[in-house]
Amino acid sequence: MFPFSFEWLWDTGHIVFHGGLWYALNIIGIGMTYCVIKAVIDSSKGKGGHGRH
Amino acid sequence: MDTALIPKGVRRCPMWQFLLGLGIVGAVLAWGVYAMLLCWFKGLNQTNMNNYYGFALWIWADLAVIALGGGAFFSGLLKYIIGKDELKHIINYAVLIGFICYSSALLILAIDIGQPLRGWFIFWHANIHSMLTEVAFCLSCYFSVLTIEYIPLILENRQLNKVPFFHHLSHNMHEVMAVFAATGAFLSFFHQGSLGGVAGVLFGRPFAFREGLLIWPWTFFLFTWSAAAYGPCFTLLLTWITEKVTRKKLVKDNVVELLAKISGWMILTYTVAKICDTTRWANITVPGMGQTLADFYTGNAFYGYWILFVEIVLCGVVPAIILISAPLRKNPAWRITAFFLGVIGVSLNRWVMILQVMAVPVMPFDSWALYYPSWQEVATTILPVAYGVILIMISYRYLPIFPQEAELNPIEEAATAAVEIQTDTTPDLEPAQA
Amino acid sequence: MKHEQQHNPPMKYGMAIDLDKCTGCGACMVACMSENNIPFREDESDKLVSISWMSVFKLTNGKAFPDTEICYLPRPCQHCEGHGGHSPCVSVCPATATDYSAETGIVSQIYTRCFGCRYCMGACPYHARYFNWWDPVWPEGMEKYLSPNVSPRMRGVVEKCSFCFHRYQLAKNKAYLNDERTVPEAAYQTACTQACPAGAIVFGDLNNPAHQVHQIVKPDPRKGNKSRNPRAFRLLERLGTNPKVYYLSSREWVRRAGDNYLAHEKTGQVSNVHH
Repeated sequence: MFPFSFEWLWDTGHIVFHGGLWYALNIIGIGMTYCVIKAVIDSSKGKGGHGRH
Repeated sequence: MDTALIPKGVRRCPMWQFLLGLGIVGAVLAWGVYAMLLCWFKGLNQTNMNNYYGFALWIWADLAVIALGGGAFFSGLLKYIIGKDELKHIINYAVLIGFICYSSALLILAIDIGQPLRGWFIFWHANIHSMLTEVAFCLSCYFSVLTIEYIPLILENRQLNKVPFFHHLSHNMHEVMAVFAATGAFLSFFHQGSLGGVAGVLFGRPFAFREGLLIWPWTFFLFTWSAAAYGPCFTLLLTWITEKVTRKKLVKDNVVELLAKISGWMILTYTVAKICDTTRWANITVPGMGQTLADFYTGNAFYGYWILFVEIVLCGVVPAIILISAPLRKNPAWRITAFFLGVIGVSLNRWVMILQVMAVPVMPFDSWALYYPSWQEVATTILPVAYGVILIMISYRYLPIFPQEAELNPIEEAATAAVEIQTDTTPDLEPAQA
Repeated sequence: MKHEQQHNPPMKYGMAIDLDKCTGCGACMVACMSENNIPFREDESDKLVSISWMSVFKLTNGKAFPDTEICYLPRPCQHCEGHGGHSPCVSVCPATATDYSAETGIVSQIYTRCFGCRYCMGACPYHARYFNWWDPVWPEGMEKYLSPNVSPRMRGVVEKCSFCFHRYQLAKNKAYLNDERTVPEAAYQTACTQACPAGAIVFGDLNNPAHQVHQIVKPDPRKGNKSRNPRAFRLLERLGTNPKVYYLSSREWVRRAGDNYLAHEKTGQVSNVHH
C-alpha cells in the first residue's frame, strides 16, 4: 500500500496508480487540515458562532 | 421534547410518531444485523452461494447502490465545477443519499468476504492490476469525501452550530467544498469505472468480456456514464418519496426539472453508447469466441432476450425521451415514471453484469447455474435500506437538508391558525413551537 | 509482482490427458483429495458446494442409442499462462493471493493471504476454483492420515489444484542434495498422474524436449502454445487463457466439445481475440 513497500517494482502501472491515489489522499488531507486549523484560529479570534453564511 | 434540535422555521412530526417510525424500521434493521452477524460468525455457508455462483445477491446490491449513489458525485460536479447553482437546493440530499449508499456498499463488502478480518489485505497487498483493488481504494477514498461533504450538514444543526469551532469548521468546509467535490468526481470516475471493469476484464467469460481503450474495457466507461446518468434519477425519486411521506413540497420544481433534464440527456447518450457496445459485443466479440447471443439468452428458465429489451429500451430509451421532452418532464406523473424506470434500468444492468455473468455456462458441456438467495442474504441486503431510512429520518428531522423547505412550507399561517383555534378555548396558551 | 531470479531456464509444468484412455473411474479425484488434505462434509450431495480440485466431467455426443458415445474429462486447474502470465484469475486477485510463477508456470494460491472475495472464481471459466464454505472437519482419527506437507485451508478462502506443488518443493530439495541442476522428470509427478490406472495422465515440463509431455503435446510457441499434435486440444483455447493442460482424443466430437464454435466453424479454429 505504501510507496516504500518492498512487494513490487515501480513500473508505469504502479506510478500511475499510486500517483492518483496519493494525489487524492493529499488533497483530502490538506483540505481538511486547512479547514480545522482555520476553524481553530477563527474561533480563537472570537468571531460569532451564529448566523448563516 | 427535541424542539431545540429541530431546524428553525420548519415543522416536524410529534416525537412519538418519529419514535414509532424509527422503531418499525429499527426492527427490520435488527433483523438484518442478526443475519449479518450470522454471516460473520458462522461464515458464508449461511448464504446459498456456491462454487458456480461466487458473486450473488448482495454484490448486485453493492453495485446497484453505488450506481444509484452516483447522484452525489454528479450533482456535486454540476454544482461546484460546472456551476449549476440551482442545484444547491438538492445537493444536501444528494450527499446524504450518496453517504448512505457508499457506507452501505462498504458494509456489504465487509459481509461478503470470506475472511472479514483480513479485509485490509486488499490495501496492504494491493494488486494494482486488479479492478477490485481500484474499486476498494477509490471507494474508501470517495467515502471519506462524502463524509467530508456530510459533516458540514451535521454541524449546521441548530445546537451544534452554536459552538464557535463547529460553526467555523462548517463554514470553512463549505468554502473549499469545490476542491472536495472535484476530488470526489475524480475518485468516482475511477471507482464507478472500475466496477464496470470488474466484469469487463473477465476474458474467460465471453458474456462479460469487452474490448476497450488501453487497460480499460468499454464497461469501465459505461458504468461511470450510467452512474452519472441514473444516479440523479434515484436522488430525485427519493426526494419525491420523502415529499410524499412528509406531505410537504421540499424542493422547487425548477430545481427538480433542471436535474431531471440533465439526467435525461445523460441517459440518452448513455443508452446510445450502450446500444453501440451491445451491437459490437454481439456481432464481433462474442462470435470471435465462438458463441452467439442465443447461448446467453436461451436454454434456461430465467435469463431471456426480455432483459435486453427491458434494460435498453424500457429503462433506457423511454426515460430518456420522457426527461428530455419538456412537456413530459414537467408532468409529475411522467417524470416520476421516468425516475422509476431509470432506477430499475441501472439496477438491472448491474444485475446482468454480475449475476448473469455467473449463470452463463462457458464450457460447452457445462450447464446454466441458477441460484436462490437464502433469507440471510435477503436480510443483509435489506439491512442497508433500513439503515438508510433511519439515517434519512434522523437527518431530515434535525438537519437543514432541504434549504427551500421553510420557504415552501411557511409555518406562520399554520401556527396562526392553531393559535386562533386555541384562542377560542384556552386564551392563555402560548402558540406551539415548531 | 516481483521478478523472480532464474538460474535455470524457466519450466512450464503441464499435463496431457488422453481422453480415449480415461475410463472415468475417479481414482485421480480420490488421490487428489487424499494428497492435498481436501476437506469434505458428511453430506456431499450438493456438488456445487463440494471441493474437488480434480473433477471428472461426463460428456456425451448427444446422439440417441446406438450412436451414443460417452467421454470422461478430468479437469484439474488449467494453470493458465494467459499472455505473459496474465491468467484470468491471477490478473484479478486484488490482494496478490494468487500468482503465476515464471519459474514453474504453476498458478499458486496463498491461502493465508486470500481474504475470500471470490473474484478469481468468477474469472475462471473452468470452475477450477473452490471456496471453503465451512471450516474443515475430519472424522475422528482421520486427521492422523493428513499429509504433513500440505497446509489445510481455513473457512472463507479459495483453494484449487496446485499441481501438487509440495511434491515439486520436495523434489527440488532432493535434487539439490543430489547435486542435480534440474528436477528429474520422474522425481516430480502429481498424485493424479500416479493414481490413474489407465495411464491417461502424463505430467512434466512442457519446455523440456526430453519430457514425455513435451513429446506428446509439441507446443507451438508461435501459435500461443497450441499443440502440433492433431489429436490434442485445450479447453476454451479460443478465449486466450493459454492453459497448460492438454487433452487428447481421436474422436472429433470430443475435440469439438472442448471449445465453443459457431455452426460453420471448423474444430480447432483459433480466434483473434484482443486483450
